Amino acid sequence: MRSHPRYPSSAVPALPWLAALLYSTAARADAPLGYLSGNGPRNVNHLTWGLLIISILVFVIVIAILLIALWRGWWQPKITFPGTAPVYDPPGGVRAIYAGLVLSVLVLFGVTVWTVATIASISSPPQKPRLTIEVTARLWWWDVRYLSDDPAQTFTTANEIHIPVGEPVSFVLKSPGVIHSFWVPKLTGKTDLIPGQTNVTWLQADSPGIYRGQCAEYCGLQHAHMGMEVIASQRPRFVEWRRKQLLPAQTPTAETAKMGRAVFMQRCSICHTVRGTPAGGVIGPDLTHLMSRRTLAAATLPNRPGFLSGWIADPQHIKPGAKMPMASLSGPELNQVRDYLQTLQ
Amino acid sequence: MSDADYFRAPVLANDTQALRRRLENTWEGEPGIRGWLSTVDHKTLGIRYIVTAFVFLALGGIEALIMRLQLAQPNQSLLSPEQYNELFSIHGITMILWYALPILTGFSVYLQPLILGTRDMAMPRLNAFTYWVFLFSGAFLYTSFLVGAAPNAGWFNYVPLSSQASDPGFNIDFYAFANILLGISTTLSSINFIVTILSMRAPGMSINRMPIMSWGTLTVSVGSVLSVPAVSLAFFLLWLDRRFGTQFFKPESGGHPLLWQHLFWMWGHPWVYIIVLPALSMVSQALPVLCRRPLAGFSLVALATVLTMMLGYGVWLHHMFATGLPNISLGFFSAVSIVIAIPSGVALFAWLATIWSGRPVFTTSFLYFAGFIVVFVIGGLSGFMTGSVPADWQLHDTYFVVAHIHYVLIGWNLFPVLGALYFWFPKMSGRLLDERLGKWSFWLTFLGINLAFFPMHLLGLRGMPRRIYTYPPDMGWDTINLIVTTGAFALAVGLLLTLVNVVLSLRRGVLAGPNPWDGDGLDWSVPSPPPPYNFAVIPMIASRTPLWERPLSHSYELSSLTYGYALDQGKEALSTTTLDALPKAIVKMPEDSLAPFLLSVVLTILFAALMIQSWWLVILGGVVGLAITVGWLWPRRKLAQTAGTLP
Repeated sequence: MRSHPRYPSSAVPALPWLAALLYSTAARADAPLGYLSGNGPRNVNHLTWGLLIISILVFVIVIAILLIALWRGWWQPKITFPGTAPVYDPPGGVRAIYAGLVLSVLVLFGVTVWTVATIASISSPPQKPRLTIEVTARLWWWDVRYLSDDPAQTFTTANEIHIPVGEPVSFVLKSPGVIHSFWVPKLTGKTDLIPGQTNVTWLQADSPGIYRGQCAEYCGLQHAHMGMEVIASQRPRFVEWRRKQLLPAQTPTAETAKMGRAVFMQRCSICHTVRGTPAGGVIGPDLTHLMSRRTLAAATLPNRPGFLSGWIADPQHIKPGAKMPMASLSGPELNQVRDYLQTLQ
Repeated sequence: MSDADYFRAPVLANDTQALRRRLENTWEGEPGIRGWLSTVDHKTLGIRYIVTAFVFLALGGIEALIMRLQLAQPNQSLLSPEQYNELFSIHGITMILWYALPILTGFSVYLQPLILGTRDMAMPRLNAFTYWVFLFSGAFLYTSFLVGAAPNAGWFNYVPLSSQASDPGFNIDFYAFANILLGISTTLSSINFIVTILSMRAPGMSINRMPIMSWGTLTVSVGSVLSVPAVSLAFFLLWLDRRFGTQFFKPESGGHPLLWQHLFWMWGHPWVYIIVLPALSMVSQALPVLCRRPLAGFSLVALATVLTMMLGYGVWLHHMFATGLPNISLGFFSAVSIVIAIPSGVALFAWLATIWSGRPVFTTSFLYFAGFIVVFVIGGLSGFMTGSVPADWQLHDTYFVVAHIHYVLIGWNLFPVLGALYFWFPKMSGRLLDERLGKWSFWLTFLGINLAFFPMHLLGLRGMPRRIYTYPPDMGWDTINLIVTTGAFALAVGLLLTLVNVVLSLRRGVLAGPNPWDGDGLDWSVPSPPPPYNFAVIPMIASRTPLWERPLSHSYELSSLTYGYALDQGKEALSTTTLDALPKAIVKMPEDSLAPFLLSVVLTILFAALMIQSWWLVILGGVVGLAITVGWLWPRRKLAQTAGTLP
């Protein structure tokens, strides 16, 4: 083998990515599920950022050592294989290993303490939650039930969780079918929903806003489209929202909506509940106040009339494998059902 | 025949052409198709393992590329959700089970007898059997594609998603039986390694002179034997739940889905170390040769290898941090998951010290090892981050973890393997791989992996969940996904170049000679490729670096490589004591045999019959299998052996 041509150091390609990492995490406003910015006492940004920075520092140090070692090697007389290559056994290697060992033990010990302290500090809310919400994961949407000691104050909605800001909210997590995971990145990490086991968690939003959530445990065909939204607002607004949610559905007045209501009762009520009507199905989401929600089909579509029609007409096109069958409505029927649903304010 | 006939002191002799001719006649395999199926030569089997594992790597890689096309842009419909789910499941299963360990097993099967100074594995027929079972278990798995029922619940196969209620087809059964079949192969090959390494080392190769690569293989072999039963059991219980109405994982009748996760990860996490430690030990074995000095901190690295494996048993819960565990478990498993970075760090510092104080030679394999260190560090650091529970509650099941696992598997497994390929290909084929093509391949692979997987960290930090078949455009993931797809194809082209290199060099490569890198181990003392009997005389070892004793003047005595035990009365090898490697017995090595091949065919048919519950075929397979086993084990006077003592 002849002497080798020069090559740039092997670490160079990684460095632009490191810069990209820092830049992109700084410009993070456009990532609804990003978790390097968040709020509330249960988010752990300080720890995640801390570990990230330690990791980047360690990376830079190690790669610097590697580069210097390669640099030194590069300028030594070239070795020709086979046969004449010298061999030697320089001292000192073990001491360097011990030095690295001591340093890493110190850092890792510190991180372990920090970790355990963080677990302790977020394991229970700062004050006793006034609100408990039971979330049941279905295939592939979220059944949301606001619990209360007073049965008249209990109600069900889906895929959209309203909470008051500035106070902890307790969550009871259940799943009848397969394992899912409840995750609202900007407010809290993941807690699994496991059949045969009820998990509890809590979260708190310190500023009003819409926080996107997502199922984080692979749960079958439509795991990709199992989103939700947590909407945090000031307590008076939240109370107002809850008061409206407790009301039964309004009776439609327009002619097409009335006809749509009849079609709905015939074709849709086996799966869906609309409180205040005969529709009492519990397989699909409660639609009593469908129009108060921002999204359809577990945060898959915006809740606008066109999307609503499209979803009813052919759910399997939008969410292949979803449990909502194609209802095979005629064109007029479809419009009537849509008009009826739009009365569910 | 009297007892006395069995006692024989082996003769010490010089390595002569006459001796080699005699050994050649004894050890030469049969020609033709029968010889091909019946060979027990560890070198042939090792290469078969390597080739087969690379085929699985290619299959898994193609699956990955198809998935990356689907994910290159938001809302694409190249794949249906079911197709995507099957692809990501089979991709993970293939890479983790049918590529990652078998490739290392292949290198170990090929190299261990050579670096230990013996003529074959301790149990050559078992070696053939484990290869065939590995091959057929993979074929069994891929049959699921042909019948349209590929596994679709992920490689981790969580219950209840994989239960009969939610997945009634054969999809999961294919995975279950293929996994158990592979588990048989893994367990038996591990036992074979343990016996070989502990009792077949060349005389004088006491445990502290054993090559570092043997430490890696020995450690993970013990690890496999202790952990594989957990997953085999899990799949067996799942099959009972699915097909016979037992209730191990069913919550409605007292079972629990989390039992699956515990059993799975009790195997699954040690497995992560099992599929990287031998690769790391290949780096520790080869890197010093290319740095012209012995490995810095040899004993520390050996200890770190064992310690990593042991700690590896105490971290499985970190896959389950989000399942609602008590704080005390979280604290404990978090601490171990962080602490396990310490022994990995030791190995890292040892490689750095070796390069720093050595005189690196910038061959392709060295580039792969240096590049590996970069990738190793990134994979290690992301692992350290996920070890911290509260951070993991965010990182878990996002693309951050996808990035992590790929840095670990590609970085800690594939890069060392490619380095090892460039390093040991000359030994296996007699020809050097082309350096120019190799360097192109390295740079493309290195760029490819960083382009494909580094941005995945960002996707994860931006909240992209794993295992989604598509994503909406307004999540801030579009550009990064496109970059990732580009990187995946660059990586594929880089790997393809190495394949081209192998094909070209097999015919046109420069002849290597026995020791092209001027290495220190016994593997470099034999011709390339080695003769069927490996060593004409069993060498006698006086140090860790038998070929470097003169330049290093480490030891008072010198290893004897051309004068040793001849062992030429039939296929023979030497067994030595475990710690001191004192000669213990002459081992009669078995002839080639069709039994391992036939038994593995029958075993595979038996498993298929169990899966489709064809009971008459099960009984038939059982009887035939038993008959072959009896034939295999039937005592033969020729192989008779008693514990002979040496004068």
